[in-house]
Amino acid sequence: MVFFVSSCGKKEGSTVTGKLKVGLVFDVGGRGDKSFNDAAYRGLEKARQELGIEFEYIEPGPGADREAALRQFANRSDISVIFGIGFIFTDEITKMAVEYPDKKFACVDYTVDTSKTLPPNLVAIEFKEEEGSFLVGAIAGYLTKSNKVGFVGGMESPLIKKFQVSYEAGVKHANPNCQILIGYAGVTGDAFKNPGKGKELAMGQYSDGVDIIYHASGVTGLGVFEAAREMKKFAIGVDSDQNDEAPGIVITSMIKVVDVSVYDIIKEVKDGTFKGGRVETFGLKSKGVDYVYSDKNKNMIPDEVRTKVEAIRKEIIEGKITIPVK
Amino acid sequence: MISVITSLLIGAIFIAAIGQNPLEVYLQLFSQTLGNTYGIGQVLFKATPLILTGLSVAIAFKAGLFNIGAEGQLNIGAFASAWVGFTFVTMPWYILIPLSILAGFIGGALWASIAGVLKAKFGSHEVINTIMLNFIALALVSYLVNNIYPVPATIHTPEISPNAWLQRFDVLTGIFKGSPFNLSFLIALAACLLMYYLLWKTPLGYQINTLGLNKGAAEYSKMNVKKLIMLSMALAGGFAGLGGLNFVNGYKHYLELGFSENAGYIGIAVALIARNNPWGIIIAAIFFGILEYGGLTINTLVPKEIITILQAIVILIMISINHFIAQSRYKKFNAGTANG
Repeated sequence: MVFFVSSCGKKEGSTVTGKLKVGLVFDVGGRGDKSFNDAAYRGLEKARQELGIEFEYIEPGPGADREAALRQFANRSDISVIFGIGFIFTDEITKMAVEYPDKKFACVDYTVDTSKTLPPNLVAIEFKEEEGSFLVGAIAGYLTKSNKVGFVGGMESPLIKKFQVSYEAGVKHANPNCQILIGYAGVTGDAFKNPGKGKELAMGQYSDGVDIIYHASGVTGLGVFEAAREMKKFAIGVDSDQNDEAPGIVITSMIKVVDVSVYDIIKEVKDGTFKGGRVETFGLKSKGVDYVYSDKNKNMIPDEVRTKVEAIRKEIIEGKITIPVK
Repeated sequence: MISVITSLLIGAIFIAAIGQNPLEVYLQLFSQTLGNTYGIGQVLFKATPLILTGLSVAIAFKAGLFNIGAEGQLNIGAFASAWVGFTFVTMPWYILIPLSILAGFIGGALWASIAGVLKAKFGSHEVINTIMLNFIALALVSYLVNNIYPVPATIHTPEISPNAWLQRFDVLTGIFKGSPFNLSFLIALAACLLMYYLLWKTPLGYQINTLGLNKGAAEYSKMNVKKLIMLSMALAGGFAGLGGLNFVNGYKHYLELGFSENAGYIGIAVALIARNNPWGIIIAAIFFGILEYGGLTINTLVPKEIITILQAIVILIMISINHFIAQSRYKKFNAGTANG
């Protein structure tokens, strides 16, 4: 029984009353995906440092765990703001917001249904991934030498399909003769956390002559980078700037500022300006989605490509290009 | 009981290793799973499909077959239940509910029968076949959900008619408030009763038991072994197929991809721990329900990976200690039991 005594560990975020406390429920991939979920976590961390808040988080499995996890936080008197990370929370978080009108809720990637009104204590955060995916598609289209590019998706689902279709449109926009190979890691949530499968799919595409692969697959994408490293080919990251995962291999990343969106909502609550019942849209225009162009990767994107892509950005913002989503 | 305590102690070492107080973690785990009706409801909700997949694996075991395919059978059955529910929306509840239950059973049974027929007719091994059929089933259900019956921007089927709902206990009784624990639990209990009656009280059960204990003896006594194999697999699949009712008809009222949370595979552990006894399966399933839901309740203190490790340790210890006790009893009395 010695370890019982010796292990009085510290509890993350002690119970000082009065401090704003946030509860966040992650998507299937969970923390450590170096991508979507980790971006949300960065938002929390930033809020802790700059706003002095406290937080706790849960990483649920698929199925019934999401509602149970949200409810667990909603039942806690010390937690006042609850986040759901991922489109899959749409139904559950709406239900919880109605059931717990005193708590504030926010959902990243919420699937907005215009025929229904949002509960007054819920903010739906929406990203225009298709705009960012179109741009990285164009980059791939301009840069490919083999005229063959690839796409690796996580779970085959309408959300990831949106990434795929708009990416394809971007590639074709830049390079109409380019061939595009498509692969999905699976059909369940596990497909977002299967680097082995990601590597296998990417190896297959690279062997077929593909030289650039865009992935939208969470942790699975780390396998795509691994394959690119082995085959000396290129990849495009997603959600966060993934350059550090494979420097010299990740040409760019399609970023969604999930961290900013999480931070912004927490700040609103802290400042007392939180207003629920609304949809917060992040697109190219507000720099809510973008592609990475920094000191680390600008040597991989030639100036002429940069200029062309920036022109496309302008056209998208002005509404001159319509991007397919399915 | 010894095994539970042993696994908790070993688990405590892991929890201490990551700098948490095991007592605090266990207190939270047990108070939130068994300390209030909501927690109990959550545990029983988690246990419901595990009872059915446990039965599925157990009945195949009884016939000497390893059914690794409960996961696939569960998914196919669940889709069949959902399909009936969202297709025949105008039917009254007293027709639609039985029809949806029947569809789940038949869906699972047909799917398992593929492996059953292959085994009986060609002798191809059911372990490989059921594993492969799991992959096919998941892909098939995903295709059906994403392409044939898509609901835009979701990964689930259309909603089933309210006439196909299996009502939640919190709506019916007011207790278990907030938990999706529902009437399908009674279906799972009825399935246990059915399995008990079938295996221990009928000639067919006697034949299945004989086949499992000694295939040669079954053949020698002129039993139709091929028919028995096919029938056992179909029954196994049918039980697993009913597992989808809990989520589809009882909770979300649609089938969502990934809903099964590997219940088909956990069913193997449930059957092993219960040594294929239908009453033991209920207890083992509830135990796994505590682990599953309990894991979620302590997730704010302990990372998910540690919880998975804890669960695996518990399963390992339970199964090995169980086996050890069974063996020493066997030696002591120098006589085998049908439950081996």
